[in-house]
Amino acid sequence: MTDAALDTVGAAEPRQGRSLWDDAWARLRANKAAMASLFFLAAMAIACIAGPWLVPHTYTTIYGDYVRTPPSLSAYPKADMVETALAEAVKRMRVDIKEWRQDGDRVFVTVESGREVDERNVRYLDRSDTFGDAKVESKSDDGRTMVLSASIKQQYFLLGTDNVGRDLLSRTLMAGRISLAIGLLAGVTAVVIGVIYGATAGFIGGRTDEVMMRIVDVLYSLPFIFFVIMLVVFFGRNFVLMFLAVGAVLWLDMARIVRGQALSIRRQEYIQAAEALGVTRSGILIRHVVPNLLGPVVIYMTLLVPQVIILESFLSFLGLGVQEPMTSWGVLISAGAKNIGSANWLLLFPAIFLVSTLLALNFVGDGLRDALDPRDR
Amino acid sequence: MVMYVLRRLLTAIPTLFVVVTLAFFLIRIAPGGPFNQERGLSPEIRANIEAQFGLDDPLWLQYVNYLNNLAHGNFGPSYNLPDFTVGELFATGLPISVQLGAMALTLALLVGGMLGIVAALKQNRWEDYAVIATATAGSTIPTFVIAPIIQLVFGLIWNLLPIGGWNDGAWPNKVGPVLTLALPQIAIVARLMRGSMIEALRAHHIRTARALGLSDWSVIVKHALRGAVLPIVSYAGPAAAALLTGSVIVETIFAIPGVGRYFVEAALNRDYTLVMGTVVVIAIFTIVFNLIVDILYAVVDPRVRYD
Amino acid sequence: MAGPILSIEDLRVSFRTLDGTVEAVRGVDLHLDAGETVAIVGESGSGKSQTMMAAMQLLASNGVATGHVDYRGRNLLALDKQAMNEVRGRKISMIFQEPMTSLDPLYTIGNQLIEPIRRHQKLPHAQARAEALRLLTLVQIPDPARRMRSYPYELSGGQRQRVMIAMALANKPDILIADEPTTALDVTIQAQILALLAELQARLGMAIVFITHDLNIVRRLADRVYVMRHGEVVETATTEEMFTAPRHDYTRMLLAAEPEGHKPAPADDAPILLEGRDVTVSFEIGGGFLARKMELRAVDGVSLALRRGQTIGVVGESGSGKSTLGRALLRLLPSKGKVEFGSQDISGLDTAAMRPLRKRLQLVFQDPFGSLSPRMTVGQIISEGLRVHEPSLSHRERDRLAVEALGEVQLDPSTRNRYPHEFSGGQRQRIAIARAMILKPSVVVLDEPTSALDRSVQKQIVDLLRDLQEKHGLSYLFISHDLAVVRAMADYVVVMKSGKIVEEGETGRIFDRPAQDYTRALMAAAVDRERFGKAGS
Repeated sequence: MTDAALDTVGAAEPRQGRSLWDDAWARLRANKAAMASLFFLAAMAIACIAGPWLVPHTYTTIYGDYVRTPPSLSAYPKADMVETALAEAVKRMRVDIKEWRQDGDRVFVTVESGREVDERNVRYLDRSDTFGDAKVESKSDDGRTMVLSASIKQQYFLLGTDNVGRDLLSRTLMAGRISLAIGLLAGVTAVVIGVIYGATAGFIGGRTDEVMMRIVDVLYSLPFIFFVIMLVVFFGRNFVLMFLAVGAVLWLDMARIVRGQALSIRRQEYIQAAEALGVTRSGILIRHVVPNLLGPVVIYMTLLVPQVIILESFLSFLGLGVQEPMTSWGVLISAGAKNIGSANWLLLFPAIFLVSTLLALNFVGDGLRDALDPRDR
Repeated sequence: MVMYVLRRLLTAIPTLFVVVTLAFFLIRIAPGGPFNQERGLSPEIRANIEAQFGLDDPLWLQYVNYLNNLAHGNFGPSYNLPDFTVGELFATGLPISVQLGAMALTLALLVGGMLGIVAALKQNRWEDYAVIATATAGSTIPTFVIAPIIQLVFGLIWNLLPIGGWNDGAWPNKVGPVLTLALPQIAIVARLMRGSMIEALRAHHIRTARALGLSDWSVIVKHALRGAVLPIVSYAGPAAAALLTGSVIVETIFAIPGVGRYFVEAALNRDYTLVMGTVVVIAIFTIVFNLIVDILYAVVDPRVRYD
Repeated sequence: MAGPILSIEDLRVSFRTLDGTVEAVRGVDLHLDAGETVAIVGESGSGKSQTMMAAMQLLASNGVATGHVDYRGRNLLALDKQAMNEVRGRKISMIFQEPMTSLDPLYTIGNQLIEPIRRHQKLPHAQARAEALRLLTLVQIPDPARRMRSYPYELSGGQRQRVMIAMALANKPDILIADEPTTALDVTIQAQILALLAELQARLGMAIVFITHDLNIVRRLADRVYVMRHGEVVETATTEEMFTAPRHDYTRMLLAAEPEGHKPAPADDAPILLEGRDVTVSFEIGGGFLARKMELRAVDGVSLALRRGQTIGVVGESGSGKSTLGRALLRLLPSKGKVEFGSQDISGLDTAAMRPLRKRLQLVFQDPFGSLSPRMTVGQIISEGLRVHEPSLSHRERDRLAVEALGEVQLDPSTRNRYPHEFSGGQRQRIAIARAMILKPSVVVLDEPTSALDRSVQKQIVDLLRDLQEKHGLSYLFISHDLAVVRAMADYVVVMKSGKIVEEGETGRIFDRPAQDYTRALMAAAVDRERFGKAGS
């Protein structure tokens, strides 16, 4: 840029400038990992929010016939499972199978018994998870033989089912709702508390600052686990209060960071310049401090959310967090960990969802830090 | 230097005091007591048991008695495991947790440090990206995911390691837990070291060293590394305290009889003495390690000694 | 011996940055003969430092250098790291601008001095130590034996630079490259370091490449000069020739950029606008658990009276308290003593009470970047004062006044929606001045307003300030360590040292006939530096 004096062109239409936010956004856009992660997170959020409505199972429906079934892209029941399911259903009718055949997607079974067969037995076929639309085809004259038919209910369990017979995909997506919601809400809570506390300490300074930070130091030196368990013990296993508890534990870091930022901003010359102009304290806060504080706060928040999610998962893993029938990724992983060797998918799929979300959040956080960090200027 | 250490010690003692006091009163404020969960206890029997443990005394008296006992090294009996005193529980469990933690810490500092230095020296080249990628993965994947996967892969699929158990400290039993503890720490240390080495290498006095024709070893190790090590030292203090006092996750999943599990179970069962014992032990470890960190800091950076 | 010892041909240096490739050096030719002193002169961005950094293979990792740098028959750019390490510190040495950070804070002076000696001369420890001691004496460090065990933080800036010089010359190199070695030092120290360098050259006979923006240094020390601008050499001549018969326009402009003119004193009956009596500002440092607190008096019993239309120059070196005094007078810092503005005693006023007065008492800072809020547009920055002092104005009226103010400082008003980082240093300082002027103050305190700017830009700002003073009848308190600028701007000078006034008086008298020793030393070091020349010149 040359320093030559430019001709004044009257009060010409002012040209738009490129603010630091514009610059930061441009740099973020250029960061492929961060942008890919942003899209991934958006996709994950949409999947978890809308997914449970689109998946044909709910997260609580128990399929007695499908306990611990492995994931499959093709429909259940598999060919070899039909007979077993049929035998189970017929066994409850307390009759014997004479023969059965499958015709397309309907199965026809002939049952016989020493006594007359009750027509209402047909409902045992309906109750089975494998069959539906059962009806009596024909009945022998003496009533001891009956031909029943039912259609085979095609189910897809893309991620398999768990120990109780619930579809893992819908549970994982539902769990995603919980984990992401907690992450966001607790993150926001921690941010709000931390920012207010830290900014106050940083701005008022002096004695107040010392005292406030001492409190933070003492809280910090309490064993972290202690603090968390205490909160859970007090608030009980209550989902609503749980995320408050999680947020309340993590505000300490945020408070420290914001205080540090506030201290360093206070020392900037543009703050002194504003004071020299006679700007009021609130004016300085609103026009000078807050815009310059936002950057680090946003960065830290994206790094805070994964911590929240991990903490919540950790608590759920220990059995302290989200309770049945609600589920979160931590709960699923906890159950999965107990089933390795026999049902690995129970661990792997929730773990993949959790880890990929955390990675994506980390990349976005790193990308934001690179974009907003003025050091590269 | 001596004054520096003394001052640090003197501020540590009040902190310990505050922590113990806070913990003492907080756990008792929580609803429920150590013997409430027991079913089949008539109220009279419960009252007797409580009297026996002094739980019917006024709170301040219990507090004073506790402090008195503590000063004599007596942590009291465990309420929920009545065959053991808290002291005994720690005597058996702590060495195990410390062993595992120490090994994990050493691994983290050595491997993480090396990776971080390599990444910093080869900044923006493939070695750097590899380290960053691994470090990001390692620090994001939670321990309760790593542990079962290690069990699955090394234990069940490849059959190299036992799935769990301590087996009196046999080597194969230690590998799983130590790896699980170490991996996230390696990741964090690697990132810290990378960042701090990059900063250090940009410093003016490094430019001076290069301009004087000093060897790579001198520039990197003697001049850059010594300063770069400081953030790692700061991090290592609290990390050491946490690692050495046992991890709930690792000890639960690998069925290790360390002290990590005590705390959660004790808190949930309102086993007051065990909770307090754990708090005191953790606080002491934290204070001791913070002190070690401060001393190391002063050794590395002479400007700090006359603070 | 025939031929130059260093010969640079068509050197080009570029940097890969996020915004594309930046060409810092675009084809530079220069040479250096044995034992001579060559100066490379230019303003910031001229590429003068990068030229020599490239020659020493000290460029940042994103830098690329092409061309030929011949040292005694070898191309330095083609050497591998091993070979280059044999040259650096032994045959060619370099010292840098920032003495405060150029030494490793974690090792003793002795340790750092011995290291290059052992590295290049392969001496055993005891001998190297003796050599180090000898070097410290050579660079005139007092009490060298004790200093060997000191850490850098225990030494002042000037002393650290001496140690740097000792380290650079430890192995008796042929060439010493000095990259602005005195720019960050106080004026009196600068003179000492330059004298030291001249003396060492006479004794050891090395050639010196002196990179600087300060033409006075060039005049005294250099045999030949290269003038650089935008990565190219625009002129080369002997020192004599350059100063008497410059050929290139740019060189001429540089020579003409020395501040000139003088300020006439105000009328005798001009009223006193701002007065401080016995002002003292003290700070407490240290303290904490078990440590004692110490009191530091930044300003110690200073009295000052500024009349209408006057410009008082407050000069002093770093730590003299001049900036603190300025802020204390504006009540931006608490102080003891009396401060009067007009007839009003403002010593004890609180923030709210001072507010309406601030309209007429303004401050311009040294750092044009730091003093402008980075996330506000220039228009918003300039008109912020109006929000406070003329709250009844509408947004459009404020905007109109902002346009006027920008016009006054000769900036294009259509740029008022841009952000500070989109402007150059000189432009930002104009914005800072506009911000002050828009309120139509009567007193403006200028705290080193030109120190962070290039010489040519400084001249423009000085002219601007003068015009504004005449046009609006302003009174200035001009705080600076740059005596040349003060001489041109002020009619009355106050010399400060360690918080106290050492001497004061009319500009002419202070500069021509200083009474106190310190003032004399200051003037000698800054203005009349003919005394310190090359030996034998």
